[in-house]
Amino acid sequence: MLYREAGQFKSTYASDMVVFRLKEDRAGLAVIILMAYALAFMGSDFLLQAVLIPFLVFALAAIGLNLLTGYAGQLSLGTGAFMGVGAYACYKLMTAFPDINVIVWILVSGFFSAAVGTLFGLPSLRIKGFYLAVATLAAQFFLQWCFIRIPWLVNYNVSGALDAPLRTLFGVPVVGATATPQTRYIVVLTLVIVLTWVASNLVRGRIGRMWIAVRDMDLAAELMGIRLLQTKLLAFAVSSYYCGVAGALMVFLWYGGAEYDVFNINQSFFILFMVIIGGLGSLIGSFFGAALIFIMPILLGIVLPIMLAPFGIAIGAETIEHLRFMIVGALIIFFLIVEPHGLARLWQIGKQKLLVWPFPY
Amino acid sequence: MTSASDPHMAADDVLLSVEGVSLRFGGVKALSDVSFNIRKGEIRAIIGPNGAGKTSMLNCINGFYYPSEGRITFKGKTRRKMRPHEAARGGIARTFQNVALFKSMSTLDNIMAGRSLKMKANFFWQLFRYGPALREEVVHRRSVEEIIDFLQIPHIRRTPVGKLPYGLQKRVELGRALAMEPDLLLLDEPMAGMNLEEKEDMSRFILEVNQQFGTTIALIEHDIGVVMDLSDRVVVLEYGRKIADGTPQEVKSDPRVIDAYLGIPH
Repeated sequence: MLYREAGQFKSTYASDMVVFRLKEDRAGLAVIILMAYALAFMGSDFLLQAVLIPFLVFALAAIGLNLLTGYAGQLSLGTGAFMGVGAYACYKLMTAFPDINVIVWILVSGFFSAAVGTLFGLPSLRIKGFYLAVATLAAQFFLQWCFIRIPWLVNYNVSGALDAPLRTLFGVPVVGATATPQTRYIVVLTLVIVLTWVASNLVRGRIGRMWIAVRDMDLAAELMGIRLLQTKLLAFAVSSYYCGVAGALMVFLWYGGAEYDVFNINQSFFILFMVIIGGLGSLIGSFFGAALIFIMPILLGIVLPIMLAPFGIAIGAETIEHLRFMIVGALIIFFLIVEPHGLARLWQIGKQKLLVWPFPY
Repeated sequence: MTSASDPHMAADDVLLSVEGVSLRFGGVKALSDVSFNIRKGEIRAIIGPNGAGKTSMLNCINGFYYPSEGRITFKGKTRRKMRPHEAARGGIARTFQNVALFKSMSTLDNIMAGRSLKMKANFFWQLFRYGPALREEVVHRRSVEEIIDFLQIPHIRRTPVGKLPYGLQKRVELGRALAMEPDLLLLDEPMAGMNLEEKEDMSRFILEVNQQFGTTIALIEHDIGVVMDLSDRVVVLEYGRKIADGTPQEVKSDPRVIDAYLGIPH
């Protein structure tokens, strides 16, 4: 490892409680963020549009679900639907009030999702675990039914789909057909960075401790004066807010329009897998999970033909597709066997080992 | 210490009184017509054979169970139904027979979680961890560090408590209860499964908590030696009934207690 903990002493509690206690870690984060912004200008349109924007959107949704399932311990299968609520709310808001900036509406649409999420979180007082998952499944089906059956949500347009009208920020198109991938990427990246920072503030403070307390030992939590229902509902609200914003970003800054079908149960499972593989109860794990589940197949699609070419094996696009599924599936199983607590834990262990290297502990 | 056993004490020195409490689960009577009180500043032990209803009694006091009959008066207020979080707000803290820590959190966070009630910064500030929210974190971190020093566990500050040995977990749990700065501390078998040395440590902490912070303590314990040394007064339960109540000396020589523990010759 290039750096150690030794010699970095903290003399105030405030400096001891920051996220990254080592200055090298802070510098590393700054470099990563700078590079992420630099990619907007250096990366190709394909990289931005088909890889990075979706990755960030999925990471945000995964953070949302992670707050609920990873931190507060409430299993939810309604993620896709809550994303949908955000997207439809954003569509209604930006078409009803076209003069107000679309970024504002994206952030506000999360509140609609939060309200709906809170409503469907009410059963969590009485039911836990798999049974709660089934209850949230009701949200998934009910909300999807709403998206199909209520034409008001799509302003009665004939196709029944959401479209992305042109919206600008400082005169630059952000949403709509003319918005460049660069602009959209920068907007998504900025929102994801800010919301991740906010999530990290929440989980490190009193609220995060209350969530974890409810997850780990709800009886003891209640005994500390933590009200279970309020704490769980807050988790549902915040989680759904994140999912709602992710849904709005997905439709308007990635797809540029979508049908109800985007928010189906598969989407919910997709996000849940990211959270589980990335690491329950870890924000960085949400990024790892999104990367593994979303970027890995794309990478394989590019790398496999190149790797096989020297051996004179020419394989068709379909075979590559099959191989991709098989390899990703195998990797998921591999990672879960190696570390059931997800990639975030592997990352943590790796860092710890490197810090004390060459000694074992 | 001696004042606790003074019979002429004023009635308003009673912190908690239990009057005629019965608890039924269907046909099973866990407690029947139990009455006793806990005075301010004393260490009150509840002993009895397994299944005597000791833990049920604690559960009634802090609101996990509602007594089927009888009244529980805490700080002069009688509440028939009290939720656990209301008990916490009222100043009752508790540790569990089987450690009930938040396993994935560090020692620090566990004890910090114990201070949740004392933290007031609203959601908005929490979002940005700024202003009141940050100041509050620092203030409470300081009090938590004091507790950590008091319990002599600074070395495990950042260790997830799930990885700690049992004796230390018990100590962290005591710390978490202390973080609530309770008026009444209920300890359910704080020394179960400990070796002699750990028991001595724990006894010392219990006495120090009682003397330094003036916390009233009610404890359940099976180790009679510990009970006799620590407590000011002892109440003995058997099959859900109170069979003796008094100073350790009185209780020790009570024939019914001896019968309950040693068995009656037939």
